[in-house]
Amino acid sequence: MEFQFLGLGILSWIVFIPILGMIIILLIPDRNRNAIRWTAAAVTSIQVLLAGIIYSVFDQAKTGINNIESFQFVEHHNWITVDAVPWVGKIKIDYFLGLDGLSILMVILTALIAFVGVISSWNIKKMVKGYFALYLLLIAGIMGVFVALDFFLFFIFWEVMLLPMYFLIGIWGGPQREYAAIKFFLYTFIGGILMLLTMLALYFSVAYTDPATGESIHTFNILHMMNPDNFVDGGLLGGLDTTWRYVAWMALFINFAIKIPIFPFHTWLPDAHVQAPTPISVILAGVLLKLGAYGLLRINFPIFPDATLYFGYFMAVLGMISIIYGAFCAMAQDDFKKLIAYSSISHMGIVILGIAALNTQGMVGGVLQMFNHGIITAVLFLSVGVLYDRTHTRGLYDFGGMANQMPKYTGIAMVGMFAAMGLPGLNGFVSELFSFLGAFAAYRWITIISVTGIIITAAYILWTIQRIFLGKTPDRWEDLKDLTLREYISFVPLIILIVLLGIFPSLAIDLINSSLSGLVELVTGGGI
Amino acid sequence: MFTQLPLIILVLPLLGFLLLIFLGKRLPRKGDWLAAGLLITALALSLSLLISKLAGQPDESFTQTFRWLAIGTHTIHFGITIDNLSAVMLVVVTLVSSLVHLFSIGYMKDDPRYSRYYAYLGLFSFSMLGIVLTSNLLFMYIFWELVGISSYLLIGFWYEKKSASNAANKAFIVNRVGDFGMFLGIMILFVNFATFSFKEIFDLVEAGQLPYGSTGWLTTAGLLIFCGAIGKSAQFPLQVWLPDAMEGPTPVSALIHAATMVAAGVYLVARMFPMLTADALLVIAYIGAITSFLAASIALTQFDIKRVLAFSTISQLGYMILALGVGAYTAGFMHLVTHAAFKAGLFLGAGSVIYAMHQVLHAQNDHHTDAQDVRNMGGLKSKMPVTYYTFLMFTLAISGIPLTSGFLSKDEILAGTLAYSTLNGHWLLPLLGFVVAGMTAFYMFRLLLLTFHGNPSDRERISAIKESPLVMTLPLIVLATVSLFVFYSFNPFGAADGWLYQAIERPISMVPNMLQPVDAGIFEEAVHHIHGTAMVLSILFALSGILLAIGMYYWKKIKAENLVQRTGVLYDLSFNSWYFDELYDRIFVSGLFLLTRISKWFDEHIIDAIVNSSAWVSRGIASVAGLFDTNIVDGLVHATAASADRAGSMLSKIQTGKIQTYLVYVIFSFLVLFILFI
Repeated sequence: MEFQFLGLGILSWIVFIPILGMIIILLIPDRNRNAIRWTAAAVTSIQVLLAGIIYSVFDQAKTGINNIESFQFVEHHNWITVDAVPWVGKIKIDYFLGLDGLSILMVILTALIAFVGVISSWNIKKMVKGYFALYLLLIAGIMGVFVALDFFLFFIFWEVMLLPMYFLIGIWGGPQREYAAIKFFLYTFIGGILMLLTMLALYFSVAYTDPATGESIHTFNILHMMNPDNFVDGGLLGGLDTTWRYVAWMALFINFAIKIPIFPFHTWLPDAHVQAPTPISVILAGVLLKLGAYGLLRINFPIFPDATLYFGYFMAVLGMISIIYGAFCAMAQDDFKKLIAYSSISHMGIVILGIAALNTQGMVGGVLQMFNHGIITAVLFLSVGVLYDRTHTRGLYDFGGMANQMPKYTGIAMVGMFAAMGLPGLNGFVSELFSFLGAFAAYRWITIISVTGIIITAAYILWTIQRIFLGKTPDRWEDLKDLTLREYISFVPLIILIVLLGIFPSLAIDLINSSLSGLVELVTGGGI
Repeated sequence: MFTQLPLIILVLPLLGFLLLIFLGKRLPRKGDWLAAGLLITALALSLSLLISKLAGQPDESFTQTFRWLAIGTHTIHFGITIDNLSAVMLVVVTLVSSLVHLFSIGYMKDDPRYSRYYAYLGLFSFSMLGIVLTSNLLFMYIFWELVGISSYLLIGFWYEKKSASNAANKAFIVNRVGDFGMFLGIMILFVNFATFSFKEIFDLVEAGQLPYGSTGWLTTAGLLIFCGAIGKSAQFPLQVWLPDAMEGPTPVSALIHAATMVAAGVYLVARMFPMLTADALLVIAYIGAITSFLAASIALTQFDIKRVLAFSTISQLGYMILALGVGAYTAGFMHLVTHAAFKAGLFLGAGSVIYAMHQVLHAQNDHHTDAQDVRNMGGLKSKMPVTYYTFLMFTLAISGIPLTSGFLSKDEILAGTLAYSTLNGHWLLPLLGFVVAGMTAFYMFRLLLLTFHGNPSDRERISAIKESPLVMTLPLIVLATVSLFVFYSFNPFGAADGWLYQAIERPISMVPNMLQPVDAGIFEEAVHHIHGTAMVLSILFALSGILLAIGMYYWKKIKAENLVQRTGVLYDLSFNSWYFDELYDRIFVSGLFLLTRISKWFDEHIIDAIVNSSAWVSRGIASVAGLFDTNIVDGLVHATAASADRAGSMLSKIQTGKIQTYLVYVIFSFLVLFILFI
């Protein structure tokens, strides 16, 4: 509680400062576009700053996960308390935020990508005020999910993201934006309903004894849900390895799987990406997809360790299919952006494979892959945007020779591409390596098949590089200009991280190692 | 000495890369002398390291490690090892790389991306030095991939040409196939032994621990790691990338074919030798022998000067792999060293010829004549004396003629295979080995005669040819000098008497006794007995190859055309590289594209169709419900025809496109489903 400002802790600030920014933006007159942009930039810069503070004081030895004592920056207040509701008794919803090794990388990632997204939103011309207001609301929702430790709060943040995203695609998107937006909305909404139902079932099944009064209170506290002792007798989700627990696990899994997205719940993603404006694609692939995997690790794994073990193989198989199938689909695309979208499916498959291994290497690899993929894919989507802004086409066959025409752009984009290919020295390699290593210990043959993905990935990435950057420049692109300063600013922090974490991965691994070891312990040791 | 120095040697080329990639164009002369200077410094340091190592502590091995990361309870280190193997290799790599740097100053002087070129050379050298120095498998793999990407950048250096970028892609992807196997091997070892360190893995194997408790998995792991070498060293069946790789600038070919990339595979096998079982080694030996023969048979009929050399590289690498497979460890490694010098020389010599041809063709405004086709050359001997005599020296060396370095190492390899067959009965291995020796001598002399002797193909063109500048010929002279036997052994007929044989000993096999390859002592004994026979045979085979080449291309007693007709299918196979490219195109490339198309179709027409139709169905349910509701509220019951009419308008009303309405429908249909199922 030592990081307080105006009575609020640092996590509250990092979550709500975008809301504050949104309110300011709504007060700024429409025509004052630059003031709006600078406000958004300032807000996201503050977030990056706060994330930096969090990083610098974060104690990496503390585990978190299911132990409130070892969470950091905790803020825990009563929020809604209703006494004597018929059949239910006391309803208690807490404002409960905290950070551990599982969430820290995601918080940093969100802050960084949000900042980069604002920079690349600079040339949005249509309804600037509405755009940035929604943008900041979206960021607040995402950030909130990553730090909420009360399921109800988690759910609210989760749903808060939904609408801004819908409008950001549906209004500022490409020609088929409405189809894409509705598809995104419906998918996510269905998932949300499944999560809502499971959350309620959990609520009624879990009660903790208030140490002060001795009364038994139902709770949305995620940490309480992780303790098997808190499940009430006769509750729907009590016991271990019951059908209802499997059903609940599956309902949550589908919700999260849609977000990740895992085969076969992925088809909203290519449409959403292709239609979304560049910065929204960056947010979408950079952080939104991570919410799914994060949710699995924060909720499915520790609350239902039994079901997680039961479905481990199932998850690994889905991860494998996503890796291979995503790579194949990526290779078949002739739209640059769609190709990157499918490559995201493939790369997020590695996350699933890694965490399904349920050992520390796989888990660390998977979470690191979430972070790394966020950075890499942001670079890739920004790269698509740079070309699209200049040429208004994304056709892979429309280009060629950009290496001569736009050498600086090419250099930066190639670093991103190579990182996506898992080249050592860049960050993607380390996380893929440990995801596969962990998975190999658990699922030998599935992993062997999955690793063939590195060959297909190399093929489609190199082929893409060849079609866009190599060869001769077509005549019609001979006056394309290289990167502008603003574009530089959006790329440079990401490229630095790609290289830095490629060479010194321990900068990130040390943050998450202890928490994820704890999570593995909880799932494999506590559940059986 | 053995802790600081290797690190400095490793970092120097990396420093060159960083300086040139960021500041290249601003540096004096675009940084060429800076890059070359860094590499020459590295060479000097490597030489002093090697000398003090061999003079001071020849039997020691120095390893130092740095913590890289900790994951779970494992700590993973970056480590470097200096033993005789890596110390010798350091000199080989830095020597060839420095000479390639020097040569390129002439060869690449007008290139628009001059400093970029030197930057990539630095990255390439750095990655290769990493492979040489690493003390663990993970970093072997890391540098391995970095070599892959540097070769990609250099092979595709003239990326405006489609053929160059295709070749770069092919090199990287084919190598990735091999790396896939290598990665699986690394995973098997790590999962079982919880370490990447060579030494720790060998110790655990020696202590009787086996992957998954089975000897079969030990063999498998060894062979999987060998897959990496199959890729990098262009062994059968992944040899297809290497001939295309000559799309890169010729000095790059010299670097790739001699000291970096392809040598990495052989070096990997040498490093992993202690854990390779007899079965694994037998497979390795056969792969080497097959590769060697296959590539030599192709080289017989090629007309592109670089292409002949490319296939000869594959063939010679096959020799090295074969040697390691039969347990002639030192011979195999020695051939790596000697081959590095003369093959770098051959490629730089070819580069010198191509450069001269280019100059003339350019001056004559001739853009059609292929500067690399030997049929457009002929009679260059008097025009380019330094290039000719050094090329002759390299040709003698690769043909295995006494007094050259190549004779020493090749002779030991052939003796090794012969000895192996007397012990194990695998007579095919020495047979292929000796036949290849004859073929090598033939195609190399064919190349030499077609290029430098005979009548000029075009008198005007050839008479305008000039010798290359000193910066290009000097590396040739240096390499020709070190292709003499004295640098390896003072006895021109006995490699075993030389310092290299003293320094590099076959490591003790750590695998369980029953899986051990033939004991080193017994093997040495057999080699000793058979050495004389092998030497006579190898000289005979080489001489007959040379004689045939001279007969065909100098004396013209045998007409090449007749031979072509006489051999028919065999000639076609050889000329078209046994149709491997076509075969792989049909099976793997087309197969891959078919799979991608199927996936795309499945995604669009199955999965997305299900999604869209389920949305359509729920919209239908919602519309029925909406219809029902409106009718009750209105209290109107119309005739069938009328309500059908109404239904139509209702349906269209429902498709408002408003999200709120859809939301209501979805919630409603969900509730209906929910109630039905609970």
